[in-house]
Amino acid sequence: MWALVRVISCEFVDRLCAPLKSNLNRSPLVPMATRKRTKKKSEATEQRGARPFWSGTLTFGLVSVPVDLYPGNRTNRAPLRMLGPEHEPLARRYYSEKTGRDLDTDDMVRGFEIDKDKYVVVTDDELERLAPEQSRDIDLRRFVDLESIPPIYFDRSYFLAPAEGSEKAYRLLVDTMEKSHLSGIATFVMRGKEYLVAIFPENGILRAETMRFPDELRSPKEVGLPEKKSVPAATVKKFERIIAKHSARTVPLKELKDQKTDQLLKLIEKKRKRHKDVVEVEGAERDNGKVIDIMDALKKSLARKSKAA
Amino acid sequence: MAARAIWKGELKVDSTKVPVKLYAALKDQTVRFHILEERSKTRVKQHMIDPDSGEEVANEEIQKGFEVEPGRFVILNEEELKSLEPKANREIEIKHFIPPQAIAPEFYDRPYYLGPDGDQAAYFALAEALRKENREGIAHWVMRKQPYVGALRAEDDYLMLFTLRSPDEVLSAKELPRPAGRAPDKKELSMAKQLVEMLKGEFNPKDYQDEYRQRVMEFVEKKAKGRAPKLRLVKSKRRPASLDKILSKSIETLKKQKRAA
Repeated sequence: MWALVRVISCEFVDRLCAPLKSNLNRSPLVPMATRKRTKKKSEATEQRGARPFWSGTLTFGLVSVPVDLYPGNRTNRAPLRMLGPEHEPLARRYYSEKTGRDLDTDDMVRGFEIDKDKYVVVTDDELERLAPEQSRDIDLRRFVDLESIPPIYFDRSYFLAPAEGSEKAYRLLVDTMEKSHLSGIATFVMRGKEYLVAIFPENGILRAETMRFPDELRSPKEVGLPEKKSVPAATVKKFERIIAKHSARTVPLKELKDQKTDQLLKLIEKKRKRHKDVVEVEGAERDNGKVIDIMDALKKSLARKSKAA
Repeated sequence: MAARAIWKGELKVDSTKVPVKLYAALKDQTVRFHILEERSKTRVKQHMIDPDSGEEVANEEIQKGFEVEPGRFVILNEEELKSLEPKANREIEIKHFIPPQAIAPEFYDRPYYLGPDGDQAAYFALAEALRKENREGIAHWVMRKQPYVGALRAEDDYLMLFTLRSPDEVLSAKELPRPAGRAPDKKELSMAKQLVEMLKGEFNPKDYQDEYRQRVMEFVEKKAKGRAPKLRLVKSKRRPASLDKILSKSIETLKKQKRAA
């Protein structure tokens, strides 16, 4: 059912997915059709974890490199589960506002509101057919200096792994980009959304950084920021001295750490050791499915390819 | 129309303070769909249910727990969760300054504009100094009960603040095995390099538009009028790869295009 919401604003999707963030199986990127198919398989969990989010073709010139796409961000380290009064793990369900009835994926459609309470229904199939053939390839038609891209464009990170049989062409592209220090720019359509992307090598692997389109960014003028007036040179000098005084070469990773999550995990560990508020729930994993670490999935996929090559 | 500030704070650089307002730098252009019940075409809502009984569980009855091992939860109450919230504070503390390239793209999360809140001279002077020194400040602040680490940057004359992702959230390629695959031979490599060089250029954001978004909107409008066009399903085909030939053909094609242009 997540495919239903994939074209909705990120904010909405985030809100919908927040309680499920630990669970990659329920990512909004998994197409509805695939989800339906795997729903009933008991062994599906493991397969789903190792499967890429999307498979496509990277092209430069007439060279095409089939690739598999994996997310480059890890999910929340301390996902909290919602439990009922008897500590039973709860499930999130959609229900009809009109009848109050709980709904299955098959009972729901995606609608665009054209007038108050009047909707145009758009199907998965229509969204897929609206993407022209070329738009599904990641066609690297321009190569740029990565450092010339202002960070305001950077959105989310993915990895592109070579698909079966494309290892050689993949390696050629990686080696070439490593030597020229350039990053490939392309647009492509994936799962009901068009992406602008910068692709660059990192440790022999291609990272795909999705970027925002220019019309998604406000300008200082649109924000209403005042025009710069003349600034006293002495004040600029003062700041320059402060900057020089506190200059460093890099950011210590420690400083970027999410301290709130660290504290939460510490608190959990303390309570666990003291057996305080620790509850056992029978069959709790059943509905949740196995939480899959995306890193493991990607490692497995790359290792398989290394062997095959 | 000027945007409304979403937060007010004070940059603290060494012992100097610069009052600022924070504004969203992004505008949502997503095609907004709603999830509907198919039969009635009305909106749906979400609730939490007990999957065994199918009964709804009211919000005030919901507890939060962390699964320490399969089937074992540590319950956390509201008070405990509240105790983890940092104290509200207006300060955006800049601890040090680093070269912009020191932060990899995957760490940048959400961008915000900062605008002056009173002292315009200090605001524009700080932006100018950051640009001249080519440095980014590492910022720490608390906003809406969340602690943030971010980067303070000058973008033209203005200051921008980016939230940064924590290293736990970002997968590093260094932790992954290098994909194998036969090393390309010299000829292939030099042709591929030539190809990439021919495609080398500037990053011009204006060259890129979300054309798919426009197609979806046009389709929705036509369908609303009952004139939805028939859509064909196109399958992308994969071309067989003989690298050597394909590379030289690519270079030829590009050369022809350049000559024609």
